[in-house]
Amino acid sequence: MPQGIKSLIVLCLLAAAGVAQAGLPIEQWETKKGAQVLFVESRGLPMVQFQLVFDAGSARDVGRQAGIAKLTNQMLKQGAGGLDADDIATRFGDVGAQFSVDSQRDMATLSLRSLSDTSALDPAVDLLAKILASPSFSEKSLQRERVRALTRLELERQSPSEIAQRRFYERLFAGHPYQQYPSGDARGLKAIGRKDLVDYHRQYYVAANAVIAIIGDISQRQAKDIAERLVGGLPKGQAAPPIPPVPMRKSASREYIAFPSKQSHIFMGQPGIKRKDPDYFPLYVGNYTLGGGGLVSRLSEEVREKKGLAYSVYSYFLPMRALGPFTVGLQTKNSQIDKALAIVNRVIKEFVETGPSAEELDAAKKNLSGGFPLRIDSNQKIAEYLALIGFYGLPLSYLDDFVAKVEAVTVEQVRDAYRRRVHPERMLTVIVGGK
Amino acid sequence: MFRLFKFGFVFVSGLLVACAPSMPEGPSRVEKVLANGLKVIVQPDHRAPVVVSQIWYKVGGSYEPDGLSGVSHVLEHMMFKGTDTLKPGEFSRIIAAQGGRENAFTSRDYTAYYQRLEKSRLPISFRLEADRMRNLKLTSEEFAKEIKVVMEERRLRTEDKPESLVYERFMHTAFGENTYGQPVIGWMKDLKSMSVGDLQTWYEKWYAPNNATLVVVGDVKPAEVFELADQYFGKYQPSTLPKLVQRPVLQQQTRRVSVSVPAKVPYLIMGFHVPSAALSTGPEWEPYALDVLANVLGDGDSSRLSRKLVRGSQVAVQTGVGYDWAARLQTLLMLDANPTPGHSLDEIEQALLAEIGLLQTELVSPQELTRIKTQLVASDVYERDSVFYQAMKIGQLETVGLDAGLVEAYIKRISAVTAEQVRQVAKKYLVPATMTVARLNPLPIKSKGAVRRLGGRHATRY
Repeated sequence: MPQGIKSLIVLCLLAAAGVAQAGLPIEQWETKKGAQVLFVESRGLPMVQFQLVFDAGSARDVGRQAGIAKLTNQMLKQGAGGLDADDIATRFGDVGAQFSVDSQRDMATLSLRSLSDTSALDPAVDLLAKILASPSFSEKSLQRERVRALTRLELERQSPSEIAQRRFYERLFAGHPYQQYPSGDARGLKAIGRKDLVDYHRQYYVAANAVIAIIGDISQRQAKDIAERLVGGLPKGQAAPPIPPVPMRKSASREYIAFPSKQSHIFMGQPGIKRKDPDYFPLYVGNYTLGGGGLVSRLSEEVREKKGLAYSVYSYFLPMRALGPFTVGLQTKNSQIDKALAIVNRVIKEFVETGPSAEELDAAKKNLSGGFPLRIDSNQKIAEYLALIGFYGLPLSYLDDFVAKVEAVTVEQVRDAYRRRVHPERMLTVIVGGK
Repeated sequence: MFRLFKFGFVFVSGLLVACAPSMPEGPSRVEKVLANGLKVIVQPDHRAPVVVSQIWYKVGGSYEPDGLSGVSHVLEHMMFKGTDTLKPGEFSRIIAAQGGRENAFTSRDYTAYYQRLEKSRLPISFRLEADRMRNLKLTSEEFAKEIKVVMEERRLRTEDKPESLVYERFMHTAFGENTYGQPVIGWMKDLKSMSVGDLQTWYEKWYAPNNATLVVVGDVKPAEVFELADQYFGKYQPSTLPKLVQRPVLQQQTRRVSVSVPAKVPYLIMGFHVPSAALSTGPEWEPYALDVLANVLGDGDSSRLSRKLVRGSQVAVQTGVGYDWAARLQTLLMLDANPTPGHSLDEIEQALLAEIGLLQTELVSPQELTRIKTQLVASDVYERDSVFYQAMKIGQLETVGLDAGLVEAYIKRISAVTAEQVRQVAKKYLVPATMTVARLNPLPIKSKGAVRRLGGRHATRY
């Protein structure tokens, strides 16, 4: 062990320039089957981080059972290639690998962390490949995971925040695939059969629909070999079809759901921006002033700092394949809803009308550009960016260009973008709480 | 491992950081104690041009007397409200303008403040942090607003979350008069009666260089950090710190508590009083054997509870295990679970006790023991990917009275644990006399009053 520690320290010093300097050296290529790979060599720690992303999130539930995307994703590790869930868990554990899955609206994700020593890395990679290519989707695990998913729905229903978010998405994206809540609903979950999972997997878990992000203590040659092995068992298949445009809201609406909680949870918003959106930077930089900058935003200043009405109040754009939501959220004790809403509405309206002051924009830029190194200071964070760049087809220079794009934003651009894209008179408001 | 730990911290704003109890052997680390008693620990990590600075005060929920629960955490909030030379909120604005991220957290054993910055900006963090160590300006006007924010935080984190309420009752029942039994965020009645004067007293009592540890991890040179620390913090005189009188935990039989609130899914927490590494009267290996035991039972998909209760008998839909070996006082080994529909909390309790019984009678197999150790060594490497987490571990160990050297020693001590030792701690500590069980019995979710229809859309009653 002492020997190991010593060589680790040396590695750390030698690899000082490895991770997060300007000009992140991203290598990109396609596997023989057509999966896209993004790779960064990073020698600072003896580990490799993988993020595999498929265009197989709940937006693809449409025309199938609600919840099938997430259940399929969850079922992958419940058995594959003759191994059951216990075998899979034990084999990852035996080599110290950490494996997890996640599924949101756009993406279904598989994440793997492994030590870079090949005695750990090879078994972990081969197991992941097996999980991807030949999940067994056994009836027995399906029954079990269905019951677990149904119980998680019940847990959501004891949380006013979850109830509010679900309703918020249902209303904001009514008629659009994004209205699907990734955890599905009881009717959908109960209707899913083994064949549905097999079909879903066959259509969406294919090489042409995959992005593989890799960062860590391996060479590009090793990464190429690993990427081929990871998707080697998958058919080439086809990329998922485009997501239809999000219908815009025509008027304001407000909805209240009674719940016996002490606080009311408020979610307001409207369709916001796409990942590849010409207004991305003006809207993003502007939001720092409106409700993005922690305790120093206007929303936080007016609602929390001046009035003590809420612990958490914020706004954000969630950029997605199609227009993701622009969301304003807060919680306050039930008797203060009207007071808090009046302030929030005023702050949004004022911001849309006049935009940030020159000083506010300057502060936003200073934070976003000055804090840029913090965004890419770990393998974990870089892996997430690689997956994002690959999945949404952003330029490889996305991270290198980030600071310049932030710095180029003007007050006029922010004001103009907010006036065109955020409409206070068409806001959706969902409130869940008690009297 | 994480389900219970999420309740352990209270943050000043929305961020939540999980704190799993494992420690790596790290890169080189240097420490120095300034003349006034401030301990400065620097751990260089040159992978990225960033730095994290954390200051840890030895004060938290378990230092608070009856009637003043939550005062450490409220003071943490007030630390952002200005000093003799800074206006309320200005601290945050300065850090933000430097591209920084900042926050603070309070636990039972500590109150800590941090900034994450591009590496050249460390002096700004030190200047501001040193300023508020001694020059905080507490006004009743700011307090009146902030105490309302904290009450909202309590409603958000505890009162409207059935499982958090159960956890609060569980801790209170298990620890009784011991201060680990009171919530870090404070009882609502104590928040209501708290005054700005209470905060002033608390601040003067505990905020001193000789009651703090400054931890810096990142792309820095230790000698330069020590010099900077001396420049900004060195000018303060040490304080005479109060003596703490801890009430012992007196438990002789199983304790039980039930919480009946509107909810959908039953829930159970079971805990046993066990030693921590800082307060262990038994052999030195015991806390590490308990940590291995906790991992055998409950860390991840390959653990026994997942394998046997979730996938085997399917009596539970999810399970968790927590053991904070780096607690300052005697602590708990905790298990929690939600039953599968059709199974009762009695069955959950029996199933958990059966697993404990197995640990008391049968030795953990060599393969299982090796796997747990491999996982702990590997996660140790993964955790080093985060400079913030590296600093967290150092700060936590120092603040509870352990030594940062345990960051390295931990792996060795875990590696030395034997199957027989795991069986011994199971037999010695996981017994009815030290057990507390808390249950959530869901009541129907009914809303008072009429459903309002607004804006012509649907309204639903849950």
